[in-house]
Amino acid sequence: MSTIYIDNKKYEVKAGKNLLEACLGLGIDLPYFCWHPALGSVGACRQCAVKVFKDENDNRGRLVMSCMESIKDGLHLSVTDKTASAFRSQVIEWLMTNHPHDCPVCDEGGSCHLQDMTVMTGHDYRRFHYKKRTYTNQYLGPFVHHEMNRCIQCYRCVRYYHDYAGGNDLNVFAAHNHVYFGREKDGVLESPFSGNLVEVCPTGVFTDKTLREHYTRKWDLTTAPSVCHHCSVGCNTIAGERYGSLRCITNRYNSQVNGYFLCDRGRFGYEFVNSENRITQPLIRNRPVEAVDEFVLMDHLREILTNHTLIGIGSPRASVESNTALMQLVGSQNFYQGISDNLGFIQKRVVQVMQSGVVKPASLHDIQQADAILILGEDCWNTAPVMALAVRQGVLKTAAEHALENRQLPAWHDAAVRELVQQERGFLANCTLAGSPLDEISAAILHKAPDDLARIGFAIANRLNTSLPAVQLDNDTSSKVAVIASALQQAKHPVIISGTGCYNEALIRAAFDIAAACKTTAAEVRLAYVVPECNSMGLAMMNASSFENAVLRASRAQQVTAIVLENDLYRNVPSNIADVFFNSCRHVIVLDSLNNATTQKADVLIPAATFAEGDGTLVNNEGRAQRFYQVYMPAQRTIQESWKWLLKMQATQTGITNETIYHPEEMLASCEQLLPQFSGISGSAPRRDFRVHGQALPREPHRYSGRTAMLANLSVSEPKPKQDDDSPFTFTMEGYSGMQPSLLIPFFWSPGWNSIQAVNKYQVEPGGELKNEQPGKLLFNYRPDAVPAYFKDIPEAFGVRREKWLLLPQYHVFGSDELSAYGHGVQELSPDAYIALSVEDASQLGVVDGSLLSIKAAETLYELPVRTMATLPNGVMLMPAGLQGMTMMSWNSWVQIVSIKL
Amino acid sequence: MLSHLRTMWLVFIHLFRKKATIEYPEEKVVLHPRYRGRIVLTKDPDGGERCVGCYLCAVACPVDCIALQATEDENGRRYPDFFRINFSRCIFCGYCEDACPTYAIQLIPDFEMAEYNRQNLVFEKEDLLIDSQGKYPGYNFYREAGMDAGVKKKGEGVNEEPPVDVHSLLP
Repeated sequence: MSTIYIDNKKYEVKAGKNLLEACLGLGIDLPYFCWHPALGSVGACRQCAVKVFKDENDNRGRLVMSCMESIKDGLHLSVTDKTASAFRSQVIEWLMTNHPHDCPVCDEGGSCHLQDMTVMTGHDYRRFHYKKRTYTNQYLGPFVHHEMNRCIQCYRCVRYYHDYAGGNDLNVFAAHNHVYFGREKDGVLESPFSGNLVEVCPTGVFTDKTLREHYTRKWDLTTAPSVCHHCSVGCNTIAGERYGSLRCITNRYNSQVNGYFLCDRGRFGYEFVNSENRITQPLIRNRPVEAVDEFVLMDHLREILTNHTLIGIGSPRASVESNTALMQLVGSQNFYQGISDNLGFIQKRVVQVMQSGVVKPASLHDIQQADAILILGEDCWNTAPVMALAVRQGVLKTAAEHALENRQLPAWHDAAVRELVQQERGFLANCTLAGSPLDEISAAILHKAPDDLARIGFAIANRLNTSLPAVQLDNDTSSKVAVIASALQQAKHPVIISGTGCYNEALIRAAFDIAAACKTTAAEVRLAYVVPECNSMGLAMMNASSFENAVLRASRAQQVTAIVLENDLYRNVPSNIADVFFNSCRHVIVLDSLNNATTQKADVLIPAATFAEGDGTLVNNEGRAQRFYQVYMPAQRTIQESWKWLLKMQATQTGITNETIYHPEEMLASCEQLLPQFSGISGSAPRRDFRVHGQALPREPHRYSGRTAMLANLSVSEPKPKQDDDSPFTFTMEGYSGMQPSLLIPFFWSPGWNSIQAVNKYQVEPGGELKNEQPGKLLFNYRPDAVPAYFKDIPEAFGVRREKWLLLPQYHVFGSDELSAYGHGVQELSPDAYIALSVEDASQLGVVDGSLLSIKAAETLYELPVRTMATLPNGVMLMPAGLQGMTMMSWNSWVQIVSIKL
Repeated sequence: MLSHLRTMWLVFIHLFRKKATIEYPEEKVVLHPRYRGRIVLTKDPDGGERCVGCYLCAVACPVDCIALQATEDENGRRYPDFFRINFSRCIFCGYCEDACPTYAIQLIPDFEMAEYNRQNLVFEKEDLLIDSQGKYPGYNFYREAGMDAGVKKKGEGVNEEPPVDVHSLLP
């Protein structure tokens, strides 16, 4: 700690920071543009000037940029000094000489850092009477809108996009007072993290194009803390609604999970909520739509729920509450995971490994802090994009730490550190099936078939702990293994990343063996497994048996009523198996939010709430239980959370209708009771009666407009505000209007800070934890004394078969996720189906890019164009996973080519 | 006694004063142009809708009686998809007019909007839009703004230089 004096007042601040961070951390408003807690300082905008004095007797002082000045013990500085504040307001006046008169039509308005800073410095009247500089705009794809006139040349976009996220197609062009930030020519931004430009840009150069289609100002949004549903990482988000439709997703800072950034799938994948494909009415087959209301529905359900064999199919994308409610309704022996057998088996292994408590789970924060990272068989760039971004930060940070050793240079000095680091990178080994953009920053790259990757994993484990069995590898591979093993050995806090992406269970075991073996040398080793969907881990932890058993059960039992919970079985299991299942069921009840192949089979279709319309808890890939809150009540009251429907069904079934209303926390408590492995999950969020000074928390900011007019077209008498019994939130702007506790932040706002940069007011220090942060509840407990039970069963080396190929999935950020694919933007960017082969295999077959190949998989014939992949090992065939309209393939099985059309 | 007589005298001479009241509604009241009465949405000199759907009037409204939704045409020009004022809530404070950056929303000297049915006091855009520039003739926001919304090209607006040539390194 150091003592500094700001305007003659004594403060204790953390050493090693810069003055701007210190001032903001102390709650002092100091304007800035180019500095960002995640990007560091470059001193480009000259906005954060303060006066620094030699000692307490010095009264002249000198102007410095606070973001470029280290904290020194006993330092005297002044923020309110006349010269300093005049300097700051002049700088902003200069910036504004070219700023267009756009605020009324600019999407940033109302959440604009430039507006906030302009007001903060006091500049209010334009004195410059000459002409404004103008630029032409570029088309940057379906997500980001470009309006270059508004630029203030702070360089944040390039520093984020190029330096932080590793994108190569956005840069700065031209020179002098007419620099241009954009692409070389019009085109879609290549990085899947481009959406963060919207938040990084302090003004309206980059704005959210999906929001533009139904534009609403920040102050008019009804918002609630949410959790992203588009991959297993569980990034914290803020979802905003207006006039009954979801308008936008913004980042919700969580120091342990997503920090400042989201991927584009998470940010722009929300549009499925507003999709025309939504199920809004309960439907009973062969009955007219109008004839079915809740009464009729429950009457009908009473018939088919009693005296029938019930089979419940759980869902990896439904909340823990919903899955628990289904388990309660059908009984735990009748509850099945709605996923394929082999995936269920792999996930079971993941859960077993994580529950053993031998190795700590790695959060994204841990990955960012790692000094050596090994990715074993998971294409996390596509399956968990934000994790790949974290991997990149880990690599860059380690390189910076190496460069800064024995040097008098603070880590926040971004430009200088980059100059010093040059092309040095921390250690990353990318051992995956095929190439990914992470190869660019990897020190060791191995692209092999899954079994070979697992063997590499076991070989690394053997190097780290010689008591483990040795593996025979070729020379080239074993030299790389030696490099990886020695890097892991030298690391203090390595992270091992693996996952279910390759449908290979040996990879899970190998990753565990490496992590457990690392424990002997490294102080802190952490392990992360990527799982397919947002609550895959929660479902896997329920230990339900797999779908194949459900099929068996259904075929043997009579009078089966199947209840399918938010699960398109045709995406999760091969279609022929799903068909067999549905054919052997007498009645099929489906609860879902969107129409899909499974809902087509339903006899009773019940509309389920999406993440924006309901409450629930998700367990992310590291076992972190996080609550998402209802953003708004849908106009159709029949759209309810699945767990509410299931509880009603249970009451109908048992005949006990004592009108007890259940809430998420009671559902979680019964989940804990039913399944002790979930113990602690009910404490993952504040109780619904949580109040601050006796007041509930409003979902709407105090400037929310239009209350007395928005529904006046229906009736001029305003309806009673909607009540929320499930959470500490209100649906209005009434309630506690101060800083909300960390788990209950519906929007970041602080007086004078309307943009998302207000997050610094919620943090203990800029870029640090939130005040009183409770970043979700970890369900896997680390036990330091746990003895690792190593896996010694090593798979055979992968053997290429004659005229047969091992079919494996290739994931895509846009397209592989079910729900996000309903959005126009994501749809536009998702690839067309293809069959990928290695270059050698393709030339042996005599096919080139674009030739049509027919294969038969799961009794379906697919004729698709070929894509050759240079990084793909021979004998393996890739097909895009989860594209809309494609059924589930039997991954990790051998397929034959039926015909070739050149 | 004297005070009574004085009062009667004062009342009597008022008979010869000019009347303060008028025979409304036969005779119409003369109001100043800045009188804050009925709210209208005006058009720019080129006949386009002035409102750009910026939501500032809505947020300025102390009784929250303005609701709108912005949308845009194929040129990127913003306009309100719907614009609703609930006059049964309006207090005619004129804050919306003050807040309006495009002179679109204006209060005019007309107060004759009584209705028997409260629902009829809910005005939609077609009720509010008038074919006039109102009190501020000659202003077209899109000529002053930086963006190109089909009204003028980049660099052709008021006080604008032609667009920068990105390939030039000249000072």
